[in-house]
Amino acid sequence: MAQRRAPLEYNRMWQMRLWLFGVFFFLYAPLVALVAFSFNNSKRNTVWRGFTFDYYVKLFNDQDLLIAFANSLTIALLATLISLVIGALAAVLLWRYRFIGRTVVEGTFMLPLVVPEICMGVAMLLFFTRVLPWPNDLPWPLSLGSIIIAHVSFCFPFVALVVGARLASFNKEQDEAARDLGANDWQAFRDVLLPHIKPALIAGGLLAFTLSLDDFVITFFTSGPDTITFPVKVYSMLRFSVTPEVNAASTMLILLTIVLMILMMVMQSRGQKKG
Amino acid sequence: MDQALAKDIADADVKPIISFRNISKRWGSAVAVDNVSLDIMPGEFFALLGPSGCGKTTLLRMLAGLEVPTEGQVLIDGQDMGDIPPNKRAVNMVFQSYAVFPHMTVTDNVAYGLKIDGVPQEERDRRVQESLDLVQLGHLATRMPDQLSGGQRQRVALARALVKKPKVLLLDEPLSALDAKLREAMRFELSQLQQKVGITFIMVTHDQDEALAIACRIAVMNKGSIAQLGAPSDLYEFPGSRFVADFLGSVNMFEGTLIEDKPDEAIVACPELDPHRVYVPHAVLGQEMSQVWVAIRPEKMNLHKDADTPPAVPECPGSYNVARGEIKDISYLGDISIFHILLASGRLIRVSRSNRSRFDQDNFNAGEKVWVSWAGSSPVVLQS
Amino acid sequence: MATRTQERRLAFLATALPPIAWVVVFFLAPLAIVWAYSFGQNAGLTEVDISGTFANYTRALQPLYLGIFAKSIFVAGLTTLLCLIIGFPVALSIVFASEKWRAWMLLLIMLPFWTNLLIRTYALIAVLRTEGYVNFTLEWLWDNASWFMTLVGLQPLGDFTPLQLLYSNFAVVVGLVYVHLPFMVLPLYAALDRLDRSLIEASLDLGAGHLRTLWSIVVPLALPGIISGIIITFVPALGAYLTPDLLGGPDSQMIANVIERQFKKANDWPFGAALSFLLMYATFAAIALRAYYSRGSAAPGHGI
Repeated sequence: MAQRRAPLEYNRMWQMRLWLFGVFFFLYAPLVALVAFSFNNSKRNTVWRGFTFDYYVKLFNDQDLLIAFANSLTIALLATLISLVIGALAAVLLWRYRFIGRTVVEGTFMLPLVVPEICMGVAMLLFFTRVLPWPNDLPWPLSLGSIIIAHVSFCFPFVALVVGARLASFNKEQDEAARDLGANDWQAFRDVLLPHIKPALIAGGLLAFTLSLDDFVITFFTSGPDTITFPVKVYSMLRFSVTPEVNAASTMLILLTIVLMILMMVMQSRGQKKG
Repeated sequence: MDQALAKDIADADVKPIISFRNISKRWGSAVAVDNVSLDIMPGEFFALLGPSGCGKTTLLRMLAGLEVPTEGQVLIDGQDMGDIPPNKRAVNMVFQSYAVFPHMTVTDNVAYGLKIDGVPQEERDRRVQESLDLVQLGHLATRMPDQLSGGQRQRVALARALVKKPKVLLLDEPLSALDAKLREAMRFELSQLQQKVGITFIMVTHDQDEALAIACRIAVMNKGSIAQLGAPSDLYEFPGSRFVADFLGSVNMFEGTLIEDKPDEAIVACPELDPHRVYVPHAVLGQEMSQVWVAIRPEKMNLHKDADTPPAVPECPGSYNVARGEIKDISYLGDISIFHILLASGRLIRVSRSNRSRFDQDNFNAGEKVWVSWAGSSPVVLQS
Repeated sequence: MATRTQERRLAFLATALPPIAWVVVFFLAPLAIVWAYSFGQNAGLTEVDISGTFANYTRALQPLYLGIFAKSIFVAGLTTLLCLIIGFPVALSIVFASEKWRAWMLLLIMLPFWTNLLIRTYALIAVLRTEGYVNFTLEWLWDNASWFMTLVGLQPLGDFTPLQLLYSNFAVVVGLVYVHLPFMVLPLYAALDRLDRSLIEASLDLGAGHLRTLWSIVVPLALPGIISGIIITFVPALGAYLTPDLLGGPDSQMIANVIERQFKKANDWPFGAALSFLLMYATFAAIALRAYYSRGSAAPGHGI
């Protein structure tokens, strides 16, 4: 005899199951179709004409796209490194010190999370064309400098948040014990604090890397014809021709993002286990 | 519990208001309730007593409709509750955490159930006022729950459940969250409340003092089944198993062999009481030479000053129902003293003595050798 | 050897200066420039004269642009409402799922969020196009229905005209909901998770049905989380650029698209700056509203 549903077992209601199915289908079907059709042997996207890797081959031979991808990776890497430093320092600053204007500083650090992306993009555009014009003939990768700086500005608060959460679980007595044994501020930081926040640094770094890699709007405003990034390039491809090559490029990006995010989650859970 | 009610319970014509018929509840392979059948009579204060995990709360929740039985039926007033959801059952529950709605005033909390029933405003107000007066919270009607103490919140939960005039009121560990003094006061209040309102109360508790004090009948549960069902004194003085004897109050349990079993007397040899034997003036269920346990409550044992010969014991022949030992420790609790006595066999037993005069605590001292005796009617011989 | 206090001050400065300097130079300064520009006007092809004029703001408040603002707010609001309606049962389901399922469900909800916005929006184009999946399925159903009707002896249905789903306000809303749904589910889940379940059981026990319980008990107690979810969804939706750009038609412009145009095609940077700042004020207003709400009403405890 099938057991009747207990009042709070919402998940056994068929209506709930149908709803969940609908929502997950709505979220995933377009993406799955996109990935599937990257293997479609046809210029058009709706009719399946056979399995092929052709478009992936095209992708890997597309010079412009590869350069754009290299740019994206470089920007993400450098922006992540700088964000880690700035973000970690910001987190430590708020955690360790009490000073006048602390709340204002904390609010300002979190501001980039709140400001709409387009406003930030506009601000960066104005800044790098009118105030601090970024020379156009710098060698690579310095030519990407303006984009890197813009990315750091919106990435470091995320790093600060992740590191800050980890700092909250730090036992201050370890710090005090180190000082009691003679360490100065720098040594205490390096030998006691840094190892504790390492998992958060890795997690925050991966987060910043992904955000930088995926960013479109801010990059759109700060990049020029010589400094194109992957999402911007895909965008222009989108506007002009929709071929499965775009699908292939998108699939690669999805894969990369998922791998990075899983890595980040693994790092986070490891950090929690160590306590 | 009054005579009329006791008579009702014994009267076969009175139909039970709650019936559990072969109820089982399983979570995967774990069994929470194992084939329980139980009848509860109208108007009684019934307790489900047992250690945590014994299934008592699950049973209560199945009655309320918050859990669904894996097998069996629940009947309320003769009606099978098979498909009826909790909001349509004529029972109301006071939850362990009280579950007072934090975003509503006391009045709104109590009126909640009435609003749902569509009771008109005037009648609603009147009934809410009545209910609050019943639990002495009339003066706090407009307060918010976070402004109330734990005991006051419990009364809100009580008023809220009772205002709907259910057939049965269910209480899940009602006194466990209160401090000791308040708990005792509330025990009496609950009992009074039940008699005043007149409906059946079913209480779940792990505190045997509570159950013994308030309930008319108790079902002692263990590992999903009912170990014994009866009135408090029946359970305490005539336990049917070691579990029940041990769970209610404290007991001295001796393992032994039934060496003689006659129609009007029985003798048990317990190694821990050697060389003396236990004598009871009645027959005992069981085969001769089978393993039994003898349970003797601490307050049924007497202390005697040390002497060469054992003291005389009423109701039984000489040299039976005695033991010799040394007082190892005395716990002075004010109204009683508990003596921990080490017997010759190495076994430690508890004897409790009430301090009837103000100088009683001087009678015996730690380290003293004593004789312990008990009347023939005191031991309970148990098979399991 | 530096003294203790000197050393501490040095450490403090070493920690404080880099992030503060960065934020000031590479975040606040650019924003300040935008603010300055919003009071300027074009003087020549590339020069901008910051004359302290309010002309840009008055122009921004003209019916044309005010209309676009209003439409953006409406679209963002509609998106938020839809996300709330769709996401609430999902959050409820996750809260009441078993431990094992719960982790997986949260992961599955978050996964699309990590996918690039551009890609997600592009995926929807393939779905909504005239030759896209929706029309493809509809056409298939249409043809089969037609065939079935001929079988039964009725006249077949006419030719299938594909629905124009793309490049419309409808597509923009669908796209925004698609992108922002995970944003809504998480705070809802967090708020519902903190709720004491015995409150729901008590409500049922007292006679309330499920919907009544939801409305009278669950929603009021989860309200702070619901408000969080609304803000987290509304603010990004308001400033959305890609979705209306790729999925919208000529009349589906949202405020971000207008701003972008000022900087690329129209070359009216001061006006664009003014619009940007108006958007920022709107964003801050929404957040301030939320902060005011959560401070003003004492957030009730959960299940005393």
